[in-house]
Amino acid sequence: MSATMPEKGKMGQLVDWIDARFPLTRTWKEHVSEYYAPKNFNFWYYFGSLALVVLVLQIVTGIFLTMNYKPSAADAFASVEYIMRDVEWGWLIRYMHSTGASAFFIVVYLHMFRGLMYGSYKNPRELVWIFGMLIYLCLMAEAFFGYLLPWGNMSYWGAQVIVSLFGAIPGIGESLVEWIRGDYYISDITLNRFFALHVIALPLALVFLVIAHILALHEVGSNNPDGVEIKKLKGPDGHPVDGIPFHPYYTVKDLVGFVVFAMVFALVLFFAPEMGGYFLEHANFDPANPLQTPEHIAPVWYFTPFYAILRAVPNKLMGVALMGAAVVLFVFLPWLDRSKVKSVRYRGWLWRGFLGAFAVSFIALGYLGLKPATPEYTLAARFFAVVYFAFFLLMPWYTRIDQTKPVPERVTYHAH
Amino acid sequence: MSEVDKDGVDGGRRHFLLVATTVTGIAGAAMTAVPFLASWKPSARAQALGAPVEQDISKLESGSMVKVNWRGQAIFIVRRSPEMMKQLEDPTLAERLRDPKSEQSDQPKYAQNEVRSLKPEYLVLVGVCTHLGCAPMSRFQPADAELGADWPGGFYCPCHGSKFDLAGRVFKDVPAPLNLKVPPYRFITDGVVQIGVDAEVA
Repeated sequence: MSATMPEKGKMGQLVDWIDARFPLTRTWKEHVSEYYAPKNFNFWYYFGSLALVVLVLQIVTGIFLTMNYKPSAADAFASVEYIMRDVEWGWLIRYMHSTGASAFFIVVYLHMFRGLMYGSYKNPRELVWIFGMLIYLCLMAEAFFGYLLPWGNMSYWGAQVIVSLFGAIPGIGESLVEWIRGDYYISDITLNRFFALHVIALPLALVFLVIAHILALHEVGSNNPDGVEIKKLKGPDGHPVDGIPFHPYYTVKDLVGFVVFAMVFALVLFFAPEMGGYFLEHANFDPANPLQTPEHIAPVWYFTPFYAILRAVPNKLMGVALMGAAVVLFVFLPWLDRSKVKSVRYRGWLWRGFLGAFAVSFIALGYLGLKPATPEYTLAARFFAVVYFAFFLLMPWYTRIDQTKPVPERVTYHAH
Repeated sequence: MSEVDKDGVDGGRRHFLLVATTVTGIAGAAMTAVPFLASWKPSARAQALGAPVEQDISKLESGSMVKVNWRGQAIFIVRRSPEMMKQLEDPTLAERLRDPKSEQSDQPKYAQNEVRSLKPEYLVLVGVCTHLGCAPMSRFQPADAELGADWPGGFYCPCHGSKFDLAGRVFKDVPAPLNLKVPPYRFITDGVVQIGVDAEVA
């Protein structure tokens, strides 16, 4: 190798030395500098890289929080107050972590909606999608376990409500609940194990799944707003004619996205870290009290669409089953969708209507899940739950008869 | 089994060894998982702290209540007076209740009766509102000033206004869906009740 490039500097020699022992340059080329991504990515393509940024933020701030946090029922609440008041910059690190949790879900929901719009789950990206859904499940578990740790009263009763959902499973329910809690009520033991799951087990699983998600994506190549496979048309250099190297083109684009995201994030962080009780619920400023329930129990906003479905069903077991189904159904999207067209740009009005109705019902359920379950709200939640499930269950039918438009050979792209 | 091919490889034997090794490996992994999964069960200390509790009720005055802590929950023990029992026998009461026969509610079999108890005189309840888990208060006096002239005496939850009668049965038109839970309990002697162990009733 060095024979063809005789004038290699010290740095080049070091890289050569490493490359002979570890695939550094090869990995960099394969996944960054020579990963060809479609050139027509739009605004919606920011959220994947932003999710990665938030993951790193959560891991770094989380590590620093564990240095002062004490996972015991006696000390947890006070140790969080200690972080907020006495630890230098502790308040900032904690608010970054709590705001990061909500930011994570905002970014991930937008990332998932992008996938729905452009058919990114369809053949050949089924595994990219499934790994993504597993990430989402891990993320929900991670958020739930993390929410108990401040040991506030909403932490306590939120965990109480969610854990007791497993009690609805016939036969084994009650003993399963006892096994999860490790006690006969949410106690020090429960807090201690939720801490272990939150800081080591689930983050490890998350990192592993993110790697799998990206490897699967780079194996098949990225989708794009036109839903056209750019690998079908390659230039004489062997690279897709509609593809551009991820670095520098998309690293620079994503950097701009990151700066804008960081500005919004900082605004929330410094001016509204509680977000009016939506990011940090007010009842959580009281320590956990097993004998006193908060006035109104509501989960944090990112779980409320599913919570609304749970409450809309009068039967407890059915409610739990439907809530689970509302999450799990996403996994089956690649097979529920029978359309030959990926992107919403070339699909008909049936798909657009159902997708729009689904988005509206998701937001409406999210709103209703925050509100008390009055009869009117419950009725509304039932209506939107039906719309939500109709999107999935009627999909094999409406995607087959939908009037699609012809998909172009190449991506549509207008140079700026 | 012994199909040796031209390279001297016995395919049947290889297959058998592969399956046997895999099965042994899986069995070993499953057995190794047992201690880890079992470590999540309530520990000896948690079990000791969650052990049944005993309460001497021989000195409990007729018409009064004592609270016992069992597994982080308040347990109400009420010694119902003859006047209280009379209130429960009122035939118009059942119409005002959501689940008068405790068919939907949670209680041991021996407490699924009109008075929801093992011995009619003693009422044992979990003092946690079935709505959202608040702590109901005792309002045993009939015709309570706050709860109206037709109040027969019972429990009132200050959080969301759920009302329960003197057998812990929920009234209609309140947020709580079910009657107050009855824990497992038994009488060790006439004067001592034990919470956390089911009575042996045929």
